Amino acid sequence: MGLEVTSHLHPVGSFDLSDHPVPTGREEVWRFTPLKRLKGLHDGAALTGDGIDLKVEAPEGVNVARVDVADSGRGRSGFVPTDRVSARVWDATTGVFTVDVPADTELAEPVVVSLTGQGGDEAVAGQLLVTVGSHSSATVVARFQGSATFADNVEFVVGDGARLTYVTIQDWDDDAVHHSTQRAVVGRDASLKHVAVTFGGDVVRHDVTATYDGSGGSVEMLGLYFADAGQHIEHRLFVDHNEPKTSSNVLYKGALQGQGAHTVWIGNVLIRKEAEGIETYEENRNLVLSDGCQADSVPNLEIETGEIEGAGHASATARFDDEQLFYLRSRGVGEKEARRLVVHGFFTDLIRKIGVPEIEESLTSTVEAELAKNVLEGVF
Amino acid sequence: MTTLEIKDLQVSVATDDGAKEILKGVTLTIKDGETHAIMGPNGSGKSTLAYSVAGHPKYDVTGGSVTLDGEDVLAMSVDERARAGLFLAMQYPVEVPGVSVSNFLRTAKTALDGEAPKLRTWVKDVNAALEQLNLDPTFGTRNVNEGFSGGEKKRHEIAQLELLNPKMAILDETDSGLDIDALKVVSAGVNRFREQEGKGVLLITHYTRILRYIEPDFVHVFVDGRIAEQGGPELADALEAEGYDKYIKASIGG
Repeated sequence: MGLEVTSHLHPVGSFDLSDHPVPTGREEVWRFTPLKRLKGLHDGAALTGDGIDLKVEAPEGVNVARVDVADSGRGRSGFVPTDRVSARVWDATTGVFTVDVPADTELAEPVVVSLTGQGGDEAVAGQLLVTVGSHSSATVVARFQGSATFADNVEFVVGDGARLTYVTIQDWDDDAVHHSTQRAVVGRDASLKHVAVTFGGDVVRHDVTATYDGSGGSVEMLGLYFADAGQHIEHRLFVDHNEPKTSSNVLYKGALQGQGAHTVWIGNVLIRKEAEGIETYEENRNLVLSDGCQADSVPNLEIETGEIEGAGHASATARFDDEQLFYLRSRGVGEKEARRLVVHGFFTDLIRKIGVPEIEESLTSTVEAELAKNVLEGVF
Repeated sequence: MTTLEIKDLQVSVATDDGAKEILKGVTLTIKDGETHAIMGPNGSGKSTLAYSVAGHPKYDVTGGSVTLDGEDVLAMSVDERARAGLFLAMQYPVEVPGVSVSNFLRTAKTALDGEAPKLRTWVKDVNAALEQLNLDPTFGTRNVNEGFSGGEKKRHEIAQLELLNPKMAILDETDSGLDIDALKVVSAGVNRFREQEGKGVLLITHYTRILRYIEPDFVHVFVDGRIAEQGGPELADALEAEGYDKYIKASIGG
């Protein structure tokens, strides 16, 4: 059957799996995704695998637990599956991993959740619910590595006046498949900084929605991705301005290198009638480092009220700037070093915005390692 | 001894209508201790000469030769030319987002010397160079040319000239867009450079104004891709009084 959807910026969800037919690839939300490489996550592959090791480092003051679905409070972000993969995850899982920060708590250290795929044949499903009580402040880092076929639903509930920084790092092995559906609700005067860093995996597709519960909330979404030959990295973002005086700022930057490297960035923003006085800006920049890559970048802005502070977007995909390289080289800097400087520079402002020092440092060296694969080998 | 020798240089650029010849046989020799000014109207090929010698990929050398102390410059890559001792101060310096001035300067110095400069003396040198050009010490933390005013871009070029200290400097309209104070500061930097032993300067300009502060030994008038006349500093005064009209007419007539 399928649901009657008038606009993909007004998705209609359902908990009933039968409302979500197997996608064909012609649907707006699936048209960029290589369905054949999803290993059946979108179709009927069993989600009964347990081949992911989970390690948690948590500071004082946070409750981290695996809770049975019935007691988990899942859905508190307003999560309703709008596609078959997330509906299947909702159906298949028996537990939810919860990270709960009580009200009026400032976590001194980040909560770090490390998930390592063990390379089993069976697909794995997971659920994560992060709740941050009112006027609390927390940083949560999820780091994915190893090999797995993994689908997860992630929810964030950020209480009034609370601050959450969530960093998700996809450092998967080359054969991993990761589909993630995430939804955040941001309380009155609360802020969410959502950072997605994707280097590894065969197919990584993240679908992140942010909504507000009260005025004055702010959402910042930052993304850094680096696609190598044959990799598909897709980020679908949706900021639903459903409350007045809210703000959102989206900046995603990616580099592509090697035959068949494919990145997709969809930046959807909806400004509802009631969302007066909001401000939103979204930007995607891609740097194409070699032939044979494809970067798709689609910003969408749907505006139902003109009574706003500002709304804008920008998207640019470019090759190495010959003038930049010439300038650096004319000062004696060799070609490889000049390319390295330009790529570093491209990511630098974004990395500086993350605001988690441990992550910023390791990212700089990861960018270095990615560059070493290709740029410094003199493929050009 | 340093000699930059340009012989019968012919250069064209690709356009929608095919290759267009810009330089039609330029011959010029610059020895160390000498400052040569190239003057000419817009579109005469002055900048093409500068960028061709520096190795910009847009320009296609179709004939002639360029040597620095006998070494074939045209066979060198862009960065090899810089390491051989050539420096081009650009008319429109390029923004490099995310790369700080201090990182850029250190990287360039390291590339030119083959080893990293000693940290303590280097920081001192950089601060001194910036200060002499009236650039704030925090200038080093800004991204290369990003958000710089026109004057800051030019002063940054000359700070590089002093810090990287090449053998032969080509200054492409370094004076354009500068107010009189900035022009004096920039000229003083160029004069400090050329007062050293073994330095040559090729100064490209549209106006005679900068020649009051940087006195050339030779002046060449550039028209339609060729040197139309050469002389001493007095030629600049004649141009100041009479302009380029007679050369342009001669060129069209010819």
